[in-house]
Amino acid sequence: MTDFVHPALLFILGALPIPLLKGAIRKAYLLLIPLLAILAVLAMQPGSYGAAQFFGQEIMIAKVDKLSIVFATVFTIMALVGMVYALHLTRAGQHVAAFVYVGSALGVVFAGDYLTLYLFWEGMAFASAYLVFAQGGRQAVAAGFRYLMVHITGGVVLLGGVILHGFASGSLLFGPIEGVMGIAAYLILAGFLLNAAVPPLNAWLTDAYPEATVTGAVFMSAFTTKTAVYVLARAFPGTELLVWLGTAMALYGVIYAVLENDCRRLLAYHIVSQVGYMVVGVGIGTEMAVNGATGHAFAHILYKALLFMGAGAVIYVTGRRKLTELGGLYKTMPLTVALYMIGAFAISAFPFFSGFVTKSMVVAAAGQDHRAMVVLALTMASSGTFLHTGLKLPYYMFFGTDRGLEAREPPRNMLVAMGMAAVLCIVIGVFPQLLYALLPYPVDFQPYTGVHVTESLGVLMFTALGFVLFLRSLDPENTISLDTDWFYRKGARVFMWIAEKPLARYEKAVSDVSETTALPFLRGAARVGMRVDLTGVDAVVNGVARLILRGGGALRRLQTGVVTHYVLAMIVGVIAATVVFAVAWR
Amino acid sequence: MIKRVVGFFGEEEFANQRRRLFYLVLVLIVIADLLVSREHAEYMWDWLPGWSAAYGFLSCVLLIFVSKFLGHQGGLMRREDHYD
Repeated sequence: MTDFVHPALLFILGALPIPLLKGAIRKAYLLLIPLLAILAVLAMQPGSYGAAQFFGQEIMIAKVDKLSIVFATVFTIMALVGMVYALHLTRAGQHVAAFVYVGSALGVVFAGDYLTLYLFWEGMAFASAYLVFAQGGRQAVAAGFRYLMVHITGGVVLLGGVILHGFASGSLLFGPIEGVMGIAAYLILAGFLLNAAVPPLNAWLTDAYPEATVTGAVFMSAFTTKTAVYVLARAFPGTELLVWLGTAMALYGVIYAVLENDCRRLLAYHIVSQVGYMVVGVGIGTEMAVNGATGHAFAHILYKALLFMGAGAVIYVTGRRKLTELGGLYKTMPLTVALYMIGAFAISAFPFFSGFVTKSMVVAAAGQDHRAMVVLALTMASSGTFLHTGLKLPYYMFFGTDRGLEAREPPRNMLVAMGMAAVLCIVIGVFPQLLYALLPYPVDFQPYTGVHVTESLGVLMFTALGFVLFLRSLDPENTISLDTDWFYRKGARVFMWIAEKPLARYEKAVSDVSETTALPFLRGAARVGMRVDLTGVDAVVNGVARLILRGGGALRRLQTGVVTHYVLAMIVGVIAATVVFAVAWR
Repeated sequence: MIKRVVGFFGEEEFANQRRRLFYLVLVLIVIADLLVSREHAEYMWDWLPGWSAAYGFLSCVLLIFVSKFLGHQGGLMRREDHYD
């Protein structure tokens, strides 16, 4: 075990002392743990660790290979960048949540069996939900609640699939799902696709991320969807369905981004679009395609975090988030503009930025696999990516109409974090071999050919021409967009209405009957009852009542009125029931 | 230095220079695309110089108008209090 320290433990156990530390010591500690985790990942040797038996099932806490190492590398780097960005926060809650969130994501990445995976999967959902709740306010709490509900539902679907898979195959070890896809495989796939935000299961992401705290959203943009890409690459490489879902997803995100007015929601739709490329790569399943998906996940985490940090800085400084209310900030926030634009060039795949060497690997893999439609659709999505994150968002946020907002550069730690991500975006773009060496398969791909450079620039700069010519059509509008969250936001209300109307009618009928026939009879009985009551029963009743009162008082303390607590109690109950069942079953 | 570069893209006084620079870049890209060697072209359109420029422009216009059509005529865009 000396050559393997589980980085998930570093983060999860490392979260415990955070509330006890103060001031500079806490800041140093918050940076120390991610640094140690990076070292732990660098020192890691491929192999299997922590094998055990659990209720007769084989458990593998950590399975280390190239695929898990590349994800763990970028996760730990991202944890460091995110921590620097969040360093100015004085309250411990968000730091603890972020640590547990990162730790859980790393737990998923190294999980060698489905039970370990499931445990960390749920840990991620709860820890990240806190980053939404921490924002406070009616809107954020409601969004956080929806986020949690969707992820718990997804988790239950995943667990169902895992249990069925375990019964069918006799093993819970996590690996490629082979043979004909059965119901178990589809349930597991659905659970994974939900976390990857594949439409129609995407709305939780674009609903919740823009409501999270400024620093929390940076963490969220990095981990949940990319762990989903990892598990898809592990379990479902070469699944044809994923190619088409991913292609649709890449376009879905950019279409919605045109309509969006909230700056971070626009970026969130671009997570959907970019994860589409990775899902396509996993779906194609060739060595080059899986390399592309993995490499793109690596690059994406860094540039998307940079973009979220830029938009977060604007929200932090101005308190505004709608494009219709922003503009003219370039004068007061030039550094933020420059750093944001590096992220924008990276996501748009400009030469010498990270997206250029990773996105094109996915597209080239699709080309090699003779999928012309996919190549064309992904190229169109690239155009849309530059149109929004590279042109529309910065234009309306930083340039455009000067709203005379009082602004300044964000705190230095935020700028430093953005600088770190920006440097990495450029390093990957200029020295792609550094990233290629980490990828799971040997890389035989040269992004810097003459044709590739001129073609990429052609697509991008003529997209800019379209933007310049049709600028007025792109003016943001003060609206929100309907997405698939409509079904559970409005659908729940329809359900309530149906439940209430018949129920109300039933109740009225019952009370009518009781008033005309039951009441006179009850009155007579009550008179008799009173005589008995006054003499004998009173004493007994008083005694019982006191007892109940005391018991009720104790129970009342358990009722906080916070729905998440109840949900937590339910989860604990489910786990307890599972344990009891498993023990009794044995 | 960064402030000046960012300022160049914001200030009104540089508007004409910006426009000229932009069109110059567009022309240079098309010229470069004509000159570059195309040995490993996979698809028909890869042989066509300037294809990527045309496709980029078309994609951009298509995305803007299809999305806005879906938003306005398709009913995807709603008032902000839609869910309240």
